[in-house]
Amino acid sequence: MMTTASGLAVEKEALTTPDWAALLKNAVMAALVATLLALPLVGIQTYDVGGGALGIRTHFDWVAIAAAAVFTGRLALLLQQRARRGEKRGGETVFAHLAAWGNRRALPLTLTGIAFAVALPFLPFSSRYLIDLGTTVLIYVMLGWGLNVVVGLAGLLDLGYVAFYAVGAYTFALLARDLGFTFWQALPFSGLVAASFGVILGFPVLRLRGDYLAIVTLGFGEIIRIILLNWSPVTGGPNGISDIPRPSFFGLPFSRSAPEEVTTFHQFFGLEFSPTQRVTYIYFVILALALVTNLFTLSLRKLPIGRAWEALREDEVACRALGINPTNVKLSAFGIGAMLGGFAGCFFATRQGFISPESFTFIESATILAIVVLGGMGSQMGVVLAALLLVTLPELGRAFAEFRMLIFGAAMVVIMVWRPRGLLANREPSLRLAPRSTRGL
Amino acid sequence: MRFGGLTAIHDLSFNAYSHEITAIIGPNGAGKTTVFNCLTGFYKPSVGCLTMHVNAEALLLERMDGFRIARQAGIARTFQNIRLFAGMTVLENLIVAQHNLLMSASVFSVAGLFGLRRYRLAERAAIEHARHWLDKVGLIEHADWTAGTLPYGAQRRLEIARALCTRPALLCLDEPAAGLNPRESAELNALLLAIRAEQGIGILLIEHDMSVVMGISDHIIVLDYGRKIADGTPAEVRADPNVIKAYLGEDELEKLSEMTTADLSIH
Repeated sequence: MMTTASGLAVEKEALTTPDWAALLKNAVMAALVATLLALPLVGIQTYDVGGGALGIRTHFDWVAIAAAAVFTGRLALLLQQRARRGEKRGGETVFAHLAAWGNRRALPLTLTGIAFAVALPFLPFSSRYLIDLGTTVLIYVMLGWGLNVVVGLAGLLDLGYVAFYAVGAYTFALLARDLGFTFWQALPFSGLVAASFGVILGFPVLRLRGDYLAIVTLGFGEIIRIILLNWSPVTGGPNGISDIPRPSFFGLPFSRSAPEEVTTFHQFFGLEFSPTQRVTYIYFVILALALVTNLFTLSLRKLPIGRAWEALREDEVACRALGINPTNVKLSAFGIGAMLGGFAGCFFATRQGFISPESFTFIESATILAIVVLGGMGSQMGVVLAALLLVTLPELGRAFAEFRMLIFGAAMVVIMVWRPRGLLANREPSLRLAPRSTRGL
Repeated sequence: MRFGGLTAIHDLSFNAYSHEITAIIGPNGAGKTTVFNCLTGFYKPSVGCLTMHVNAEALLLERMDGFRIARQAGIARTFQNIRLFAGMTVLENLIVAQHNLLMSASVFSVAGLFGLRRYRLAERAAIEHARHWLDKVGLIEHADWTAGTLPYGAQRRLEIARALCTRPALLCLDEPAAGLNPRESAELNALLLAIRAEQGIGILLIEHDMSVVMGISDHIIVLDYGRKIADGTPAEVRADPNVIKAYLGEDELEKLSEMTTADLSIH
């Protein structure tokens, strides 16, 4: 990028006097690019003049503000980088210590987190909105943990993960519509069908690496979406499938009233009916699913299959030389990752009661991948943190309406500059010869 | 072995035996690593056959998938540029080497998931086996270190230990002494001799370091431009004029033909 020329110049310079000419030139170039981008995006705005015509309003003052902000920001960043050269960047050491502290106290931290998550609906400040938000966060956490198996552990760059999410959702919707399955009955089938699709995707991509693998998986995601969109007789096309049954509490439905002989949830427990009850139950269902997913992937990591995934990520040639069949390892990674996505999709269908191809676009895949990469590939806690950030930040930004995406984008940039390897990119070995306590610190 | 128009290995035949250390030497570009790659399934030889006699079975290596050669024929190899799992610990590297054993013990991970005894015992045995080899190569204190942080010599020893953890019948080492100082080379010699003595594993060695080759080999094969120019004990090979010519060159005037001498007006 633009840093190369001035960056090198600054390095050769003595660390006392900054080379103002080079720094200013760098900052001016950045501001210039910002102006070019801001002109069409911010500077010119269309509005409706009536009769189908559009007028143009210009906001050149905003463009000037953007250019000035980029200029000052870039200058500040360059100066800060110069000051930090030779020593560890302050933010990095602090976070590294935090991550190491966190790793040593992983168990108590996790238990506190789970306790908080369980207590959330009953806390005084909780509301239906908050529980809904929590449910969304947990769906993304579960998807993140599922994709973590493929991308984080096995190192297979999958840009079409939303396909398995969609397959899981539609499997349940179709089973419910045509065979009257309930959520719990359909759950294993969603996982099974999604896993089969994962293996089907795996076969053609066995020999592909890196970018090529990414493109083909992206294509697969789009293929699934387009099939769902066009195969109207089966999937309902753009109208999707509605009237998907909601989960019941061991046979007790969460409705205000029920036909004869059927007791509803609130009647059975002698409570006032409240729509929050179902929302809370759904929240606990996804919490349970997410926790089971986590335990499952943590166990797999300690088993030969998990180690084989990580070895494949490190060096495939060496794996072959050790007698490990890379085909089986890759297919198992795709299959199990897809299965977890399928479970999440099944839950999504029952939560919404209605699904359509619009929910399963590439942006979803990109968001889930962003969560995995942002959290630090392979790190379970990192995925939780990243999902929280990526789901709640746009929500918090709701108050700022127009500046929502700006804040979101700025946050992403900050993270990429400050922690490019992800928030908690620290690998814990799956087994040790000597127990940790005997190693001193 | 042909790559397009280039014949990398031409008409090579040799035997390597268990309980013996066989070395393949030759100038750079002679085709030594190509031989290894053919043996371990990374290349398929254009012509010829490679037979591995293991457990009273004769396996044709040129017909097998790369990873099956390691699994069924019991041939393990190390690489010229070290290929460790750098992000994993030393111990994990050795446990991955025992993957196939552990996979069958865990019944495709199902037994492992439920913590069944059969798997737990297999895992403990695998760790013991790894510990044995770590002791032998002197890396036991570094067992929980990340493999990529080890010094170079230690990484080479780890690669050998990892190959040994696959319980091979034939160990193929591609330049194990590259980059080692004389003391480390002597330690390597001791290690290889110990492996041969205790395990009866056949060792096939590509090496440039003559102190290692001459010091421990039972049998040496010399390659030059893809052809075998000598095959025998270290003493025989050392004295072979063809070998000397290949390594050190020759006195030019002695070998020019009459026609050429006349053309060049050399008297």
